[in-house]
Amino acid sequence: MKTFLKSLLCALALFLGVAPLAQAQNGPLRIEITDGVIEPLPFAVPNFVAETIGMEELATNIARVVAADLNGTGLFREIPENAFISTITNFSSPVQYSDWKAINAQALISGAVSMNNTGEMSVKFRVYDVFSGQELGNGLRFRGTREGWRRIAHKVADAVYSRITGESGYFDSRVVYVSETGPKNERLKRLAIMDYDGANLQFLTDSSSIVLAPRFSPSGDRVLYTSYETGFPRVFVLDVGSATRRVLEDQPGTMSFAPRFSPDGNSVVFSITEGGNTDIYLMDINSGSRKRLTNAPSIETAPSFSPDGKRIVFESDRSGSQQLYIMSANGGQAQRISFGQGRYGTPVWSPRGDLVAFTKQNKGRFHIGVMRVDGSEERLLTASFLDEGPTWSPNGRVIMFTRETQGANGSASLYSVDVSGRNLKPVRTQGGGSDPSWSPLQQ
Amino acid sequence: MSSMKLTAALAASLALSACTDAGQFGGGGLFGGNRPADDTQFGDPTSPSYFQQAIGDRVLFPVDQAVLTDEGRAILDAQAGWLAVNSDYVAIIEGHADEQGTREYNLALGARRANAVREYLLSKGVAGVRLRTVSYGKERPIEICSAEACYEQNRRAVTVISGGLSS
Repeated sequence: MKTFLKSLLCALALFLGVAPLAQAQNGPLRIEITDGVIEPLPFAVPNFVAETIGMEELATNIARVVAADLNGTGLFREIPENAFISTITNFSSPVQYSDWKAINAQALISGAVSMNNTGEMSVKFRVYDVFSGQELGNGLRFRGTREGWRRIAHKVADAVYSRITGESGYFDSRVVYVSETGPKNERLKRLAIMDYDGANLQFLTDSSSIVLAPRFSPSGDRVLYTSYETGFPRVFVLDVGSATRRVLEDQPGTMSFAPRFSPDGNSVVFSITEGGNTDIYLMDINSGSRKRLTNAPSIETAPSFSPDGKRIVFESDRSGSQQLYIMSANGGQAQRISFGQGRYGTPVWSPRGDLVAFTKQNKGRFHIGVMRVDGSEERLLTASFLDEGPTWSPNGRVIMFTRETQGANGSASLYSVDVSGRNLKPVRTQGGGSDPSWSPLQQ
Repeated sequence: MSSMKLTAALAASLALSACTDAGQFGGGGLFGGNRPADDTQFGDPTSPSYFQQAIGDRVLFPVDQAVLTDEGRAILDAQAGWLAVNSDYVAIIEGHADEQGTREYNLALGARRANAVREYLLSKGVAGVRLRTVSYGKERPIEICSAEACYEQNRRAVTVISGGLSS
């Protein structure tokens, strides 16, 4: 994995084309991601060309992952292979635009896979704007190891998404969550990490003690979470690469939970409960020095930093019921931002900084919603017996959350929904899952 | 079941206060010499299982509250009496919530409930060093249906007796 990452850092953007086509940037092949209804853009991804012997299966698999990534957004619609009039057997040959126009493929993605004699894999791709008969952007090449093929496929899909929408993608990312098995009253929980699409699952802890709410560091190298392994809820920090962990806060007679990193990764904001009262604290992760940010007899918890690190959104029942508040990252006066019906909890600041995602509880139903940072324009994206714990995709376009079903056989699983409220769907996990945390795009 | 438990707890509570105030009733007083007949079914009165079954190890709470009910106070009076007599034992008070709430809030709510029990027991003379608290939020329901009949059993604080201070 390490060598793969290293070589990926050296991924080359190759100018395969003769000259960049300036007008392609303003051409018709463009999705404006808005809140309006979008007709998914039809695209074709013929199987990538295997340029060296033995790469055929990999070339097909990479094309399938690229197609699944784009399809999964709900913004694109894949045209199945059996509708193709022609296919691509040579990456360098001119594209027969009329063949792709005839099946209404607005975007065409071609690719090629090769392996050199040192075991380095190379994946090239091009994006074509079929209806204007031009290439969109330049050809690009990623290099890596054979084992890292899924990551390269996600990087290709991120590049395609970015060219067509003008926004960064979210496919080359990971999700850390709580894997759940067993009945409600004897549920076993352990930390798991996987690619955003459910592939490459790994367990980070065993299920000998309850673990809750893992949260990625800004660079994705560490995870904060709450564990009962000492017998009491305690915040731990875990190194993803080595799976080594240490307790962050272990003051006898207290509990600590609900941790999140600051945007620079150097501090942790979390809750400590002492004498039945829960407040928010900030800790320097290296020195362990601690500062109290709230001091009220009410419950203050679920803090989340703004992307610039200057403010913190959190929940409090100081008004008598759970509501959302924003304060300075140094503590002090807080401004209430939620004023609708019902209760609001688990606020998470969006990566773009403009929205706060939250869980809303009203009339016996749970919702995932978003509102602007000033509390205006509240929008509920879901409704069910129990939805909670939103986490943002790296580009702020998708929200993943926990959905728990009702009754004695109820179980938890991960779902995702667009910030527009469209494209609600389950996230593939092995067994049950809860408390997802979406990583930034990988480097 | 819970009303039987309550009756047993009240009886035990009265029995204990009778013991501490023995002189008031004299040797052959109301509870003095004659223990309730069904007391033996719970085994050794100094055992944690007796505490759990005869005294009553849990109190229940209304929705989204950590306020003790009259019924809860009566059980805690009995718990305090038992802890006074069986002074070698320590306890961890576990606070719990039903599933109708977000995870972090329920952890904090469970902590409030556990603390309400601890404060009450302290007020009845139990030493603070003997009483620790922990919250499980909504992580450990005992009843698993998604209806009030189950939720009311899950909104609880349970006093779990463990090894003595000296052991």
